[in-house]
Amino acid sequence: MRTTIILKTASNYLLPVLLVFSVFILLRGHYLPGGGFVGGLIAAIAFILHAFANGLPNTKELLVIHPGFLIPLGLSISFLSGLAPVLFTDLPFMTGLWSHDPVAILGSVGSALFFDIGVYLVVVGVTLTIIFTISESA
Amino acid sequence: MEILLAIMIGILYATGIYMMLRRSLVKLIIGIILLGNGANLLIFFLGRITKGAPPIIPGDAKVFSEAFADPVPQALILTAIVISFGLQSFAIVLVKRAHTVVRTDDLDEMNATDEDS
Amino acid sequence: MLTAILTGFLFSIFLVFAGKFFKGKLSLLASIIPLGLFLYFTQFILPVSNGEVFLKTYQWIPSFGVDLGFKLDGLSLLFSLLITGIGFLVFFYTSSYLKGHEYLDRFYGYLASFMGAMLGLVLSDNMITLFVFWELTSISSFFLIGFNNTNPASRKSALTALGITGIGGLFLLAGALLLNTMTGTYSISEMLSMQDAITGHEFYFLAVLFIFGAAFTKSAQFPFHFWLPGAMKAPTPVSTYLHSATMVKAGVYLLMRFTPVLGGEDLWNISLIAVGGVTMLYSAIHTLFRTDLKGILAYSTISALGILVFLTGLGTQEAFLAAAVFIIVHALYKATLFLVTGIIDHQTHTRDVTRLAGLNKIMLPVGIAGILAAISSAGIPPTIGFLGKELTYEATLHSEMLAIILIIAIVITKILLLYAGFVAGIKPFTGKLPQEHENVKKPGFILWFPPVLLAILGIVFGVAPFIIESSLVKPVVEAMGADASEIHLALWHGFNLVFILSLITIATGIALYFFVKPSAKLESKAARFDNISPESLLVRFNKVFIDISYFWTGFFQNGYLRNYISIIILFLVVLVGYILFGNTNFVIDYHSLSRLTIYEIGTTLILIGGIFYTVFTQSRLSAVVGMGVVGLAICLIFVIYSAPDLAMTQFSIDTLTVILFVLVLYKLPKYLKLSDYKTRVRDGILSSIFGILITTLALEVLAEPVNKNVSEFYAQNAYLEAHGKNVVNVILVDFRGADTLIEISVLSIAAVGVFGLMKLRLKMADRKRYQDK
Repeated sequence: MRTTIILKTASNYLLPVLLVFSVFILLRGHYLPGGGFVGGLIAAIAFILHAFANGLPNTKELLVIHPGFLIPLGLSISFLSGLAPVLFTDLPFMTGLWSHDPVAILGSVGSALFFDIGVYLVVVGVTLTIIFTISESA
Repeated sequence: MEILLAIMIGILYATGIYMMLRRSLVKLIIGIILLGNGANLLIFFLGRITKGAPPIIPGDAKVFSEAFADPVPQALILTAIVISFGLQSFAIVLVKRAHTVVRTDDLDEMNATDEDS
Repeated sequence: MLTAILTGFLFSIFLVFAGKFFKGKLSLLASIIPLGLFLYFTQFILPVSNGEVFLKTYQWIPSFGVDLGFKLDGLSLLFSLLITGIGFLVFFYTSSYLKGHEYLDRFYGYLASFMGAMLGLVLSDNMITLFVFWELTSISSFFLIGFNNTNPASRKSALTALGITGIGGLFLLAGALLLNTMTGTYSISEMLSMQDAITGHEFYFLAVLFIFGAAFTKSAQFPFHFWLPGAMKAPTPVSTYLHSATMVKAGVYLLMRFTPVLGGEDLWNISLIAVGGVTMLYSAIHTLFRTDLKGILAYSTISALGILVFLTGLGTQEAFLAAAVFIIVHALYKATLFLVTGIIDHQTHTRDVTRLAGLNKIMLPVGIAGILAAISSAGIPPTIGFLGKELTYEATLHSEMLAIILIIAIVITKILLLYAGFVAGIKPFTGKLPQEHENVKKPGFILWFPPVLLAILGIVFGVAPFIIESSLVKPVVEAMGADASEIHLALWHGFNLVFILSLITIATGIALYFFVKPSAKLESKAARFDNISPESLLVRFNKVFIDISYFWTGFFQNGYLRNYISIIILFLVVLVGYILFGNTNFVIDYHSLSRLTIYEIGTTLILIGGIFYTVFTQSRLSAVVGMGVVGLAICLIFVIYSAPDLAMTQFSIDTLTVILFVLVLYKLPKYLKLSDYKTRVRDGILSSIFGILITTLALEVLAEPVNKNVSEFYAQNAYLEAHGKNVVNVILVDFRGADTLIEISVLSIAAVGVFGLMKLRLKMADRKRYQDK
């Protein structure tokens, strides 16, 4: 793929910035617009941009593992966060558990946050798997 | 404005169906996407539209004090948008696959259910 | 009682695993089960004859009033004893009759499950359980008729029988539902106490019609009788058990069971007399034209069933008594004749009555059984058959209407039945033994014992009718809602009109037997009428039906995706449009609408421009760009109408979709224009109408009041309960978290699907085959 030097250079800086932004979007989701779905999509776009600029093999190298592995990881986190109330207390599945004191920046931390992190990982995994698979075989 | 929005939804549905009725595979996918957008908008529209009042509890308040946009259709559509992406990519890949196997773009030539007929 | 019913089913399940042990000599052990059940039911004879009724209810679906309710009264008891008693003899007989058969275990399995189903049928006190067991008997009968599954004729007969009785089952279900509407209960005992509510109800006529539909198909009444002769393709034990002694009487049982509820009205009585009368005459005449022993017996069975229906229709206490006795009579002699026929078939390999004679020299016990059964069927004293016939004549003579015509009909029927009984039971055992049968072997004890026992019982009950009088017959009459205290069974009724009729019957019948010999010529004469028989009418009807369904399928399921879509859309447009334009007044409250701003107009223009560009452009790349524009315009709409989360998501997805398309674009087929102008105009009109419909619908909904309870709840509790302020996100991850969990699972499946489809290596052979085309 032919790319300009500007895009190539910019993407190297944009990747970490976009990733941090996506995590920010993820974490603030409970109070302001954002959340796991959007955060995950932004992170995926960040990687795709990097892949466009530097070629797919480089991006894959950067990722170390195949993005597909993020899917089961995310699903497990979401599921376990739903299961947590069953395991730790006697509450039913998917009951929210909350920390007593608000944590800095995040506000209250609870099982819902972990659930959202799971969603985030699944979305990143799914999107990257789809785009990578298609661009590899296309 | 509601009337305008309703007309837009109608147009999205109509063009979606029109594209799905074409014989070309790619047009079929475009039709599905347009129809999906129309459906999302319809759900959004049926939850009634509100300007300038996102369903976010303001500042230090604990409950809403003023009118707010209906959050339920929004939650529904949010997942629908993401899932429709999954659906679209699957459809695109399926079309591509079918194209490589049967070497035709004409849906009318893909009308046999059995391999031998 | 439930255990008794389940035993049959459990045994057949057991045979699935342990079948191979039951194929050899051990198969005789299978008969222990019906024998045990028979003994179990005999203990109820005494209490039931004292007027006791056993009720047992297990809850099944209490919310619908559907229970596993069972009731044992006189009627059920008589049938249960027949089912288990004859069942025992048939099980016993089968072990020799089908000795060494490859699928003997399977056969026993079917028989046992039939027995369970039949017991369930006669013991059910709930319409729904009755229906379930009713269908189960049809299904087991299907398997048994088609037992010789390598024979196409067997398979065809099995299908016919299943079709006819299956339709009957649906009638029963419909009747059950109607009766439930009328009485509010499915319990038969409760219905029995609500006769007035039922007979006076507007649905009474329909309910009776449905019950008739069920009973007439099951009991092979004209014009549904033709499945029964076909069912004779089954091995003889099956014909004996299902298609003569028990299952075909299920229809009669149903009629008898509902006589106290639905009976007493002219509709009920006249229809039963008419249908039963036609059936008994029609099929009795048919016996004259048959040469196959089983064919003769099949038609005489139908005729007997007709008599039972006829008697039920007469509706008097005398008629019920005659019916109760005749059930026993018929079960005894007809089972005997079938078993005898089976033995003859088994030993000589023919059932052609013209080729059979003088077999008593080889199988004397069988001959005795046959002759005894024949005289019982003829109603010659001192058999129980005589008793049955006398009672039938008496009941008919005392009929309130058309007694003369009815008595003539029944006498003719009886004469012909006598002839049939003689042909089946006496002819093979008299005269000179033909040469071809000289080397026929003598049947074993297991084969000849059951018919002999049944035949002797026929005499014993005839000589000493008091055995069955209070134990079996009276409770049945009582269960049918008539007073039974006056009943007294006796062989000798005195010299009266009935006796004279009996003499005429016997004399004419015997004369007929000597003058009319069954021959192939007669049979072929009757075959000429096959064209207009109900069976061939049904076959022709079926053919038309199949042709229509082929045409229908070919028309709608033609493999063209756009045709499917067009039809669905067209249907939707017509249906929704009809309702919409018929029932709504198009009023839009302009004051409730929000004000139009320049941003909204701008967005709308962009959106509409994008859509039409996408649709009408000639190049794929432009179409993708157009779609991107459409997505962004929708994103703007979300921004304007306070949905920031949606806007963000839509924006990201829009970006990704465009990327996706660009990635595969040049691998996708060219953007061809395949349809001609006419098709495009037609599709354009259809989709425009659909769009207008959606718009109208959306505006109409807007005029309706909206219920925001759910949204209010989420909004009010978002922070208090779930510690979040973005309500949309709180709904997604907390309130409806389980849904989201499933949604991300779906997403994962899509990714796996894409990955699988792309990475899958296509086999070269597949690729080649398609390219060759």
